[in-house]
Order: sequence, then structure tokens, then C-alpha cells
Amino acid sequence: MKIIVCIKQVPERDAQVRIDPSGKWIDESGLQWALNESDAYALEEALQLKEKHGGEVVVLTAGPERAGSTLREALAKGADRGIHIACDDLAARDALGVARLLAAALKPEAPDLVLTGLQSDDLGLGQTGVIVAELLDLPHATLILQVEKTDTGLKVKRELEEGWFQSIELPTPAVLTIQSGGNKLRYATLMGIKRAKTKEVRPLTAAELAVDAAAVVLLDRIALPQKQKSTQMLPGTPKEAAAALVEKLKFEVRVL
Amino acid sequence: MSGILVIQEAGRNRISFEALAAGRVLSDLTGLPLEAAAVGDPNATIFVEFSGPPPAVAHAVQHPLLQQYTSDGYVLAFEQLIRKLEPSYILFPHTYQSRDYVPRLATRFGQVLISDVVAIQAGPAFVRQLFQGKMAGSYRHPGDGPCFLSIQAGAFPAGSPQAGTTTILPFEPQIEPAQIRTQPSAPFRGSTQTVDLGSAQRIVAVGRGIKDAVNLPMVQELATALGAEIAASRPICDAGWLPMERQVGSSGQSVAPKLYIAVGISGAIQHLVGMKASQCIVAINKDPDAPIFEVADYGIAADLFEVVPALTEAVNAAKS
Repeated sequence: MKIIVCIKQVPERDAQVRIDPSGKWIDESGLQWALNESDAYALEEALQLKEKHGGEVVVLTAGPERAGSTLREALAKGADRGIHIACDDLAARDALGVARLLAAALKPEAPDLVLTGLQSDDLGLGQTGVIVAELLDLPHATLILQVEKTDTGLKVKRELEEGWFQSIELPTPAVLTIQSGGNKLRYATLMGIKRAKTKEVRPLTAAELAVDAAAVVLLDRIALPQKQKSTQMLPGTPKEAAAALVEKLKFEVRVL
Repeated sequence: MSGILVIQEAGRNRISFEALAAGRVLSDLTGLPLEAAAVGDPNATIFVEFSGPPPAVAHAVQHPLLQQYTSDGYVLAFEQLIRKLEPSYILFPHTYQSRDYVPRLATRFGQVLISDVVAIQAGPAFVRQLFQGKMAGSYRHPGDGPCFLSIQAGAFPAGSPQAGTTTILPFEPQIEPAQIRTQPSAPFRGSTQTVDLGSAQRIVAVGRGIKDAVNLPMVQELATALGAEIAASRPICDAGWLPMERQVGSSGQSVAPKLYIAVGISGAIQHLVGMKASQCIVAINKDPDAPIFEVADYGIAADLFEVVPALTEAVNAAKS
């Protein structure tokens, strides 16, 4: 099975993000970057499928030069090769624009299966995989926790809301977006990190993929979110704050 | 129709009626008329028991191949309805189902869904969260063609039922069995639920800030002191530190206890939608900018490893 995993580099989870002077994006200087969490689960699923059924795992990303380090991380975990679409204006493209880039790179590869995380930890649009499926005219399923190969294609376990699940059968080639928590993530071994350095990463540019970059929806500005409640912050040492909270809970909220 | 079409989801009536309420906000801003649609029998509650003022027109989309949800079936059905009605705006409740098919539907029109909208402002501008709730982004749809929006749970109050008449128009799309490529099973429960967080009066919920499973007993002690159930955000359950049935959020249980104490939870929207209806929310987090403080009544911005034991002690002292 030839599996391509679409991955994204995003600011590290605990990163302090600040608005840049344009007011349209964050100040990227000094940020730490990481592999998007649900993409890590997509990669894990791909590696496990390869271990069971053989084949090849290719990782694909679109992003600036720094995204190369995230590709190497995926190669160190066991992906066979990478494709890096050099793209410095990722944030200016909408989900369709980014999906067009990925689809243009995916098409000549003719994979049996395309996996990606269910959403990115930065924009959180949760759409890229589904749009890629439409652009490639492939069936898809979202929020997938388990993937099983069958004689005719795949059987997958899909998460529904509030503790419900369903299984879905679909033919390959197909696109799946992977939910976190379905597998245990592996770490890169020292040997893996060493090997990753010699693995092939094919550079592509947005220009040579010749896709339309015009955005249909625009992110006009970003701001700190508005408070939905007036929060009473309790200052002092942890002990003082804890005592103050118990007072509030007892006499104002009356829940103790 | 150059108007606003709200595509509801039968069985998810409450969040559907919230999407309808968002449609009314947009209707007031733009002066465009509002209509509703859903897959289902015209007698289904989604067409008759509206919260808030009922829409003048609702389209009942029916076809034997839509009895069970598939993305292919829904994309085909609503593509045809949208081409017929030509609305300017199309709104959906932000559910797992709409996340599954609406991006694909929008692509058929060369459009992009603005997902998970929490506010609609003059312009119109559509506000959604970025960076796990650390930022809010304001989006615009400047071009021609329909604008696709999905509305987050709890962002627009549905309102109480009002008198009015809705004309229900049946719509039967053309769908061939071969066009449906996926075969879904009936939904099933993951495991037998032994914990009903929904009926708990007090909940202490723990998130990534706890760092390691060995630190959980500290939080359990606080829960015990309060007579509270222990719950968690998704990463804790993903890691297997607590069972999935203790997860609060869009993929877990929705709760509204009298007291909800969030310990080391940053407050991504997927968690907030499951707990923000709680009567009193306390947030303990070392990052004063964590989004959880936006929904909290009381906040302690300090190290949870110092605050939680102090709080357990103070609760026990107050009881004796």
C-alpha cells in the first residue's frame, strides 16, 4: 500500500503567540515549531499499516523552509521519503488554496491512501483533507480512530459525538482524516534520526504546481478573544488564593 | 432566492436552532430573507418545533438514499438544493456531520467554508477562534458566489418557541446508488458507560498541565474533598491516563454542573463547548492568557501543583 500523509508544521502548543504589527497574523519570530498533533496520529496510523501490509509511507507538507525540520522528524519516525512544497505565503492562502497545492503534488504520486490529521492546531479549520478528497475525486471519511485493510478496500472506525462511533467501509484509493488518541505515538529512535538525514526529500514550488492562489475568504485581522464572562482573578500566594476561593464557593456561589 | 439558507441537522435540533439564530443575526445585518432546510420527513420535529421565530419557508429534503448519512449523498442533495435556490449565505450547525461533508460541498462551488463561527459582526465579518482559542480571527467573504458558514455550539442563543407558520416545501434530489461510495454501519457505543458526568453536581476536570499520570492522585484528592466527579480534557484520555468516558468536550460528554473546576486545562474550543454552560467555573492555570479564563467566574493564575493541594486543604478545613 502506498500511503501519503499530509502534515503541517504549527507553533508549539505552549507557544506564547503575539499579534504582528500588520494585525493580520502572528509574529513568527522566536516561535518554537512542532508537528501538528493529529497529523502525528495520521503518521502513526500510516506507519502501522505499512508494518502490517508493506508498502511505502510518504510525508507531504506545504510551508516555508522551516517546515523541513518537521518533515525530517516524520522521516526519523519511519516515513520513507518526503515531499516539500516550498510556500512562504501559506497563511495568506485559504483552505482551498492549500488543498489545491497538496492535491497537485498528490495526483502524480497516485497513492492508495491519503491520511491527514483532522485539523490543525493553528487555524483549526478542519477541512484540508476533505477538500483534497473532492479535488482528487476520491471517497473520504473523517475523524477516524482505526483503519483496517479489507479485500475490497478499507474498514474504518469513525468517532461520532458524545461517545458514539460507527464503522465505515470504503474503497481505495481514499482520503481519511485521523482523530487523535487512536494509537500510541512512537518516538524517533537515534538510528531513525540518523537514517532520516539520507532519506529523499523532493522540493517542489507553488509556482511549478501552477495552482490558483487567489483566496475566496480572507482573514482580515486577528485579535485577542473577547471575554465571555467577567472573571474574578484571585491573587496572592497559592494558599491565600485557595482560601479566598473556598470563601467564594461557600458564601457567594453556595456550592460548598 | 437571494437570501440566507440554514441547513439544519435532524436529531441535533438545539445546535441547529442556534444556527438558525445566527441566520437571523445575519438577516438583520443584510436585510436578506431567511429559509431553513434539512434532510427528513416534513413531520419531523426539526420542521415543526422551532426555537425562536419560525422561518417562513423550510425545505424538506427527502430521498431513500439519504436515510443514512453519507458525505456523498449529502453533498449531492445539497448541491442540487443550493443550485436551485441560489442563496447568498448558507449556514450549518458546526457538528461532526457538517465537518464531514460541508468542506466538500463548498469546494463544488469553488468556495471555502468559514468553519466554527462564534460571532457575526457588521460587514458582515465572521469571527472564529485561532491557535486553540488564544486568538480570534475576523474573516470576510469578498467575492461572488455563496458564502458557507458553520456555527459553533452555544454561540447564538436559540431563543424560546414563538408562534408562526412555516411553509414546508418538499425537495427530492436525484441520487444514484453508485454515486455513494462509503458504507456506514449503524452508530454504536464505545464501551458501557459507567459514569454519568451529565448528572454530577460538581466536577473537577484535569488537562495537560498535570504533566504526568503520577500526578493525578493530587487532583483526585481535591475531587474527593469536594464530593466531585473527576473528568478530563481530551489529551488526558488520549494518553490513557483516565478512561474515555471521563472526557468532557465535543468528542466526550457535555456537562453543566453547579461547580466546574478546570485544573491545568488551556481551554481549546472543543473542551469549552462541553462545559461552558456550567453554573460556576473555576480555572486554575499558570498561564494568565489561557483561553479557559475567558469563560471562568473565578481564576487562579498560578502553578497548579501548589494551588491544588492548598485548595484541598482549605476545602477540608471548611468542612470540619
